[in-house]
Formats: sequence, C-alpha cells, structure tokens
Amino acid sequence: MEIEVKSEMLMKVENLKKYFPISKSYFSHSVHVKAVDDVTFMIPTKSIFAVVGESGSGKTTLARTVLRLIEPTSGKIFYEDEDLTKFNSKQLRSFRKKMQIISQDPYNSLHPRKLVKDIVGEGLKIHFHMSSNAILDKVKETLERVGLREEHMFRYPHEFSGGQRQRIATARALVLKPEFLVLDEPTSALDVSVQAIILKMLKELKKSLELTYLFITHDLAVVDYMADYVAVMYLGQIMEMGTKEDIFNKTAHPYTLLLMNSIPDPDPHVRRGKMIPQGEIPSSVNPPSGCRFHTRCPYAKEICKREEPKLVKISGTHFVKCHFPNPT
Amino acid sequence: MRGNLLDVKNLKVVFYTYRGVIKALNGVELWMNHGERLGVIGETGCGKSVTSLSIMGLIEQPGEIVEGNVYFEGKSMQKMNSSVLYDMRGKEISMIFQEPVSALNPVMKVGFQIAESIARTKKISIKSAYPDVFKMLELVGLDAGRVINLYPHELSGGMAQRAMIAMALSSHPKLLIADEPTSALDVTIQAQIMKLLDDLVSEMGNAVILITHDMGVAAEFCDKIAVMYAGNVVEYASTTDIFDEPLHPYTKGLLKAVPRVGQSKELVGIPGTVPDLVNPPSGCRFHPRCSHAMKICAEELPPLFEVKQGHYVACHLYTREGEHDGNRSKI
Repeated sequence: MEIEVKSEMLMKVENLKKYFPISKSYFSHSVHVKAVDDVTFMIPTKSIFAVVGESGSGKTTLARTVLRLIEPTSGKIFYEDEDLTKFNSKQLRSFRKKMQIISQDPYNSLHPRKLVKDIVGEGLKIHFHMSSNAILDKVKETLERVGLREEHMFRYPHEFSGGQRQRIATARALVLKPEFLVLDEPTSALDVSVQAIILKMLKELKKSLELTYLFITHDLAVVDYMADYVAVMYLGQIMEMGTKEDIFNKTAHPYTLLLMNSIPDPDPHVRRGKMIPQGEIPSSVNPPSGCRFHTRCPYAKEICKREEPKLVKISGTHFVKCHFPNPT
Repeated sequence: MRGNLLDVKNLKVVFYTYRGVIKALNGVELWMNHGERLGVIGETGCGKSVTSLSIMGLIEQPGEIVEGNVYFEGKSMQKMNSSVLYDMRGKEISMIFQEPVSALNPVMKVGFQIAESIARTKKISIKSAYPDVFKMLELVGLDAGRVINLYPHELSGGMAQRAMIAMALSSHPKLLIADEPTSALDVTIQAQIMKLLDDLVSEMGNAVILITHDMGVAAEFCDKIAVMYAGNVVEYASTTDIFDEPLHPYTKGLLKAVPRVGQSKELVGIPGTVPDLVNPPSGCRFHPRCSHAMKICAEELPPLFEVKQGHYVACHLYTREGEHDGNRSKI
C-alpha cells in the first residue's frame, strides 16, 4: 500500500500482526487472540498520530509492539530507514533512547521505593554513563521543563498527585532527548481539570522539542484536541485512517460515525436522535467473518458478512476499510 | 421542605483513619422532587459517593454522620430504626454501581440474585419471583431465558449493568441512585446503557440521582445538576443554567477543561490539586485554587444560597460579605 504524504515519515509500520496464544494442545490447533491483525500505517515526522478505539481494539498492544516491548508475530516496523524487527537486543537497547513511552496509570508506572531523581535519572546512567552530578543537573532541568521544581527530586512517587506523577513520567521519557514518544492513554486516570493541564503541556513540549507522538486513547474529544492524524481501530484492525479533518469532517466508516454519535455532548441543548451501535464488542479470539464490524453495523449487507473489505484510499490522505463508505 | 422526595440538610460525614479524621462531607445541601433527575458531578474525592451512601443509610464504621439530616418524603432517616431502613433499601431507594460485575455475587446465578431481591421487597417466595425476573430481564434488553442461568463472570460489562438495572428497578423504587453507572464501560456501550436508563425511567417515573464525573453524560440525562467540590455542593441549578450560565468559579473552570469534539478552543485546566480532606483549607475549600479568591474566602465557608430563581451557589463573589472586597469587580 502506498501512502503519499508530502512530509517525511518517521515511522512506517507494515502488515504488523501480534497474536497471543491462549491454549496449547497437542490434539487441537492452538487458539489465538488476534490483538493486532495486519496493521499498516505511517507516522509523519513531528506530527501527532492518534490511535483511537474501544477496549479490546488492540491499541495498547499496537503501542507496545511498535517499540518492540512485545515481539510482533509478523510484519515490519521501520524507524526512519531501519527495520526494528531485525535488530538484536543490544542494537535495540541503544536505539531505545530515541523512543520512549508514557503509560496510562501514573500510580503503577513509577517505582514506589525510588526517589524522583533516580526514576528520572536512571536512563541517563544506562545510556550516557554520565556522572551523578551531571545527571542531577540534567534531571533538574527536565523537571523544570515539565513544571516541577528542584525540591521534588528528593521525594518519593507517593508524595505526588496523579497529575504530578504523570509529569514525572513525562520527565523520565524526555530526559533522554527522544525523537519519538508513545503516549498510552496518558490522561485517562486523571480528572478533567488536571487532564486539560497535562494535554496542554504535552502539546507544548511536542512543539518546543520537535517530537513525534503516537497517541493512544479511547476518547475522541481528546483526539480532536491533540491529533494531526488519526487511525480508528476495531478488533485489531484499522477501520479508518486519515488527517484529523478527514476523520471528523469527512467521516467515511460507519464505525467512526457511530463512535462519534456515542460520545455524550456536554451541551444540554444538543439532543440528538442519534444512532448508536447495537450489541456488544465481539471477542478478538473469534472475530466475525468478513468485515469485523458487520455484527454491529446498521448499514451491513450480505457482502459484509462474506468478504473482508480492504483498506482503500478514498482521497490523498484518507483510507477506509468498508464496502460501503460514506454512510449518510 | 425544599424537595418533596429528598432533602439533605447540612450533612457532615467524617471517617476516622490512622492518618487522622477525614472530613469527607462538609455540610452538603441537596434536595429533589418526585420524578426528577438530579446529576451530581465533581472530581475524585469530592464526596459524590459518600453523599449517596449517606442517603442509603450505609455510612458505617469508621465513618460517621456527625451533623445534619437526610429527609426522605419528609421523614428523617437518622431517626428511623434499622429495620425500617432495611425495608426501605431496595424498595423505596435502590442503587446501581460503577463496577457491575463486581457488584453482583460471583457464586450465584444472575436470575437467582434478582429473584432474591424481588422476593425480599415483595415479601414472596424466591420461586414465585421468577416470572418477575423474566419480565425485568426482557425489559432491559437481555435474553432472559439464557441470562437467568448465567453467573456474573459470564456476562460482559454492559450485560452485567443491564442486569443490575433490572434488579434495581424491579421494585419500582421512588429513587434510583446510579453511582457512575457507565464509567467502566466503553463509549458505545455507555450510550446504550444511558439510553436504556432514560427509556425505563421515563416510563416508570422514578426519580434518579446520577453520580458522574462526565459532564456529557450529566448534560444529556439530567434535569438538574449539583456540582460538588471537596465535600460541599458549590452550585445547584437546572442543567441548562449550569451549562449556559455557570456562576461558581469551579463550575466555570470545569466546563473550560472538558474537551469536546468539533470545538477547536484551547483547554484551560484548574491549577493545583484537590485538597487532602484530613487538613482541608479553611473557609471555602476551593479558595487555594480559585483565581477570584478574596480575603473572606479563607475565613468563612460561603453558604449555598439562591442567587437567581432556582439557581443556588456557594461563593463569596455573590454574598453580601464579599461585596466589600475589591476583588469582586473581577468576576
């Protein structure tokens, strides 16, 4: 598949698959959870690429597989021109300083018995073999960048609120001067008033440090606020992908449309007679035949049950995986 | 009496812990009429859930109601003896919870649990309650014949919440308390559940207290909204008034912090964090985070009073005491 976007690509992912085995037996063939099933996308340099989906859509597995924190089952991951899937662990380790991750839960992602200076500075010790004084200077500088103060270096994670912890996690990621950040639901554990502050900070850091983000979330409103490019995932596959304008203003896939309809609007004057998806999210062990969304799709026809649609390009940057795109 | 169904007056609840006394509720004022839908919104630790537990009469050790009263249809619940309260729960007031799968008993079949609660409220045998169970499960859109014989772990989150709704509404309670009923669910399932709740409650005419942190859910479902912060109701008005003309600085801040699809405005957060309720700030508990804070805000807790017809706010910017402060012109 060709994707023509004028700007340079930092990351290219081709036909990525990750299957988790759930039972192994000598007599029957093994059963797999198809968490990520044949996913192809590109992330332009210095952009925010958001992946949005419900639980079980495989968005977190995708985030971790892209960094090879989980080994892919098959597929290729190019970072600039290098294929990460071919790296051995030593090469990968030195490469990792370019790619960092901020995870969802700031209460579990920080070591509870380490001081903030050690949490943030650990990467410097491993990758740059810096002296402890130099590390302290660097840690202080990075903490100030994310809105914390010098005195916070000598405290433990439990002394901080959720928002502050997510700042610490951000500092830990930024201290290595990465080019690429994976943000896995960075604000879903936070209250809205704090979420707004953290999202704003992440946006500003992206601009000032010229970073590229892979932003994982379940919240379309956050996507609208943050993203340049959006991929909508459902049961391990990308259903629709494009620029933010493509997705929000020229919605082509019924799933994207129904997902948007499902978001409650914080405006009491908007009372829509809205269409919402029927039924439950199917299991990714036995995904539905044909188009995976056909069981919940109000526009589904015979062909949707039999044949899996391809992810096709419908305009310069807009891709959709549907037999009958552009529902009205 | 301000509301003919429920009237919560100056409710103060504390929890005794090894860290000290947590002053969870600091004089909550709340009231509602029969058939009304009240949304209680606020962030972590604001006391939404403690308020609902107090209304259910479920505050137990180490917690204690130290002051104030909850009146249900004009009768003080503090003065009721425990057997009267026991009869009321499930029959007059029922509740659904955030984690539907863990709110159900894991070792009993779903049908049996619902039958048991119907049997208790209607004072009939469990066996003769099954036809009602069947009817309720069909009503909430489940395949009754199948679900009746399933265990809770065999249900998805959405199905479990439907089963909980069936159980809660089986006795046609006058008041249903829904404590973050959809926070653990995906948006598409959330939309289904909220629609179901809307349909059922419209038909049965129950009053509902919807506790949520999601402004969108509250806006779509509720007639009135109470905004809570750190143990107080800081603003109480109709849903349209809250969203169109918020008065309290906290409500205003909250509305500016919510991201919305199709709105390209910058988000503005509220600086600072929710206070530790062992040592809450003096006076108005929001004053350390408030950009309009005046001298009096640190000294005196503003009462919840009516500023306009049906629009109540607890803020010194609108009280007579605050009038003498120069900061007032800044609103």
